Amino acid sequence: MKILVCISHVPDTTSKINFTEGDTKFDTNGVQFVINPNDEFGLTRAMWFKEKQGASVDVVNVGGAETEPTLRKALAIGADKAIRVNAEATDGFFVAKQLAAVVKDGGYDLVIAGRESIDYNGGMVPGMLAELTSANFINNCISLEVEGTAATAMREIDGGKETSKTALPLVIAGQKGLVEESDLRIPNMRGIMMARKKPLTVIDAIDTAQETSAVKFEKPAPKGAVKLVDAGNIDELIDLLHNEAKVI
Amino acid sequence: MSVLVYTESDQGKFKKAAFEVASYAKEVANQLGTTVTAVAINADNTAELGNYGVDKVLNVSADALKDFNAKAYAATLHQAAANEDAKVVIVSSSADSKTLAPILAVNLEAGYASNVVAAPTSTSPFTVKRTAFTNKAFNMTEINSDVKVVGVSNNAFGLVENSGAAAAEAFAPNLDDSLFGVKVDSVDKVTGKVTIADADVVVSAGRGLKGPENWGMVEELADVLGAATACSKPVSDLGWRPHGEHVGQTGKPVASNLYIAIGISGAIQHLAGINASKVKVVINTDPEAPFFKAADYGVVGDAFEVVPQLIEKLKEFKANNA
Ligand SMILES: Cc1cc2nc3c(=O)[nH]c(=O)nc-3n(C[C@H](O)[C@H](O)[C@H](O)COP(=O)(O)OP(=O)(O)OC[C@H]3O[C@@H](n4cnc5c(N)ncnc54)[C@H](O)[C@@H]3O)c2cc1C
Repeated sequence: MKILVCISHVPDTTSKINFTEGDTKFDTNGVQFVINPNDEFGLTRAMWFKEKQGASVDVVNVGGAETEPTLRKALAIGADKAIRVNAEATDGFFVAKQLAAVVKDGGYDLVIAGRESIDYNGGMVPGMLAELTSANFINNCISLEVEGTAATAMREIDGGKETSKTALPLVIAGQKGLVEESDLRIPNMRGIMMARKKPLTVIDAIDTAQETSAVKFEKPAPKGAVKLVDAGNIDELIDLLHNEAKVI
Repeated sequence: MSVLVYTESDQGKFKKAAFEVASYAKEVANQLGTTVTAVAINADNTAELGNYGVDKVLNVSADALKDFNAKAYAATLHQAAANEDAKVVIVSSSADSKTLAPILAVNLEAGYASNVVAAPTSTSPFTVKRTAFTNKAFNMTEINSDVKVVGVSNNAFGLVENSGAAAAEAFAPNLDDSLFGVKVDSVDKVTGKVTIADADVVVSAGRGLKGPENWGMVEELADVLGAATACSKPVSDLGWRPHGEHVGQTGKPVASNLYIAIGISGAIQHLAGINASKVKVVINTDPEAPFFKAADYGVVGDAFEVVPQLIEKLKEFKANNA
């Protein structure tokens, strides 16, 4: 089985979010970048396929040269080779079209992406990629088993879970549950050394439209101070929620 | 040229989000000087959509669509959009709508903006405000393509009553076998309980509750308020509560009217996911807990004393205000 894991390069979850150039660009100053958490679950799941069932695992990112350390980290965790499509990732449709070209070219059977990236939160690349490559699609995937070309997948739905039968070629958008937090792989020294010698191929982007553009960013308005209510005076809390906040 | 909106239903009943996206579609239609056409799939009472400004309903009743299927639902909406010559298609942020929207966008060659929280600020260029960086920021996005898909966040635009004819017309999509490459085997869903996505009120608890045996009072509080229950990440990692209740940056997003956090410290990753909630209440023994900086109302106190009191007082309040 040939597996491709899509890796998004995102600010660490503790990052302070600021903007520059008249609030049109994310300020990367002092920001640590990591593998998108949703993609990390998928990468570990891919490693299990490789170790238990035999599979090749490539990783791909659409981004500039600054994303290469993130791809190297994925190689250190155990991916075989990395591909970087050299283009700025802004519009989800644009990114999905770049990835579709990589998938068609590489003949991948299974593509593992994340439910959403935690920077733009578009939540669209995996579904678009599935449609562009005529693959089956499972969103919010919390469990996946593949036997031959048959697959059984579970996805989170509003208020529960749904189990489906499907087949390769398949694209999933993964999240926690695909593997548990405690299963996540961290690169070790040997992995880091080996990653230096693994191939990281840079390819040119295909020429296609940007269907959307992020023109400006804004931060939420600063919050007023909390109103404290004495633990012995819960009536006051109820009064505030009813008469002031009007939520009960 | 009408604005097309997908009004989602569950067991034949429209979800609250369906009325919200209909309200949003009406606003967009007003801005564009056109009408609203809804697509309803296996829904019972399409006339209800008239209350939110829907002019026409394409009523699909098809056995093949009994279970959700992303490609088949997207194909249905694609054909409906062609039928109406729609240039703007509106969907909600439910799990199913977020699954079909990207496929629909490809079918329509449309730019797609998700997590949109307000009416378009301009229709030319078509510009919407959406959340980014998991609620730590907003981003104004222009959709440049001829056809546009807009995904509206839950509980952001709200319900706006309007009158519309909601004239129902049967619509039979052409569904090729090749669309059904994913077949639902089983669904495991709590019935009769409000989901985090649909809830007006969410009661959430964290590691401060010490163990799973103490969730009785959380559930009781949720019951009194008609709320959904949620939890912090470590609580689901420890197996105290199911993963489906984990909210935050790596869990489910919450955008309720009222969010009550009990024994949750308010780590940045937790807050990112719940910040879209309008009013936040925190109950925590530690006055230095970061949640107090993010909350509107706070009680410094022991959850095991405060929550039972809150339940009693709320019951009295409900009895007096019934
Ligand atoms: C990449 C990444 C992603 C993450 N994503 C998420 C996420 O999506 N969601 C999430 O929730 N977390 C997430 N986290 C974890 C987050 O950083 C915190 O560890 C977590 O939110 C803490 O959970 P908690 O508040 O329940 O526990 P704690 O931080 O242990 O807080 C418990 C609180 O309970 C209070 N308390 C104790 N006893 C009582 C009592 N009797 N009555 C009242 N209060 C009491 C304490 O004062 C304390 O404030 C993520 C972390 C990382 C690194």
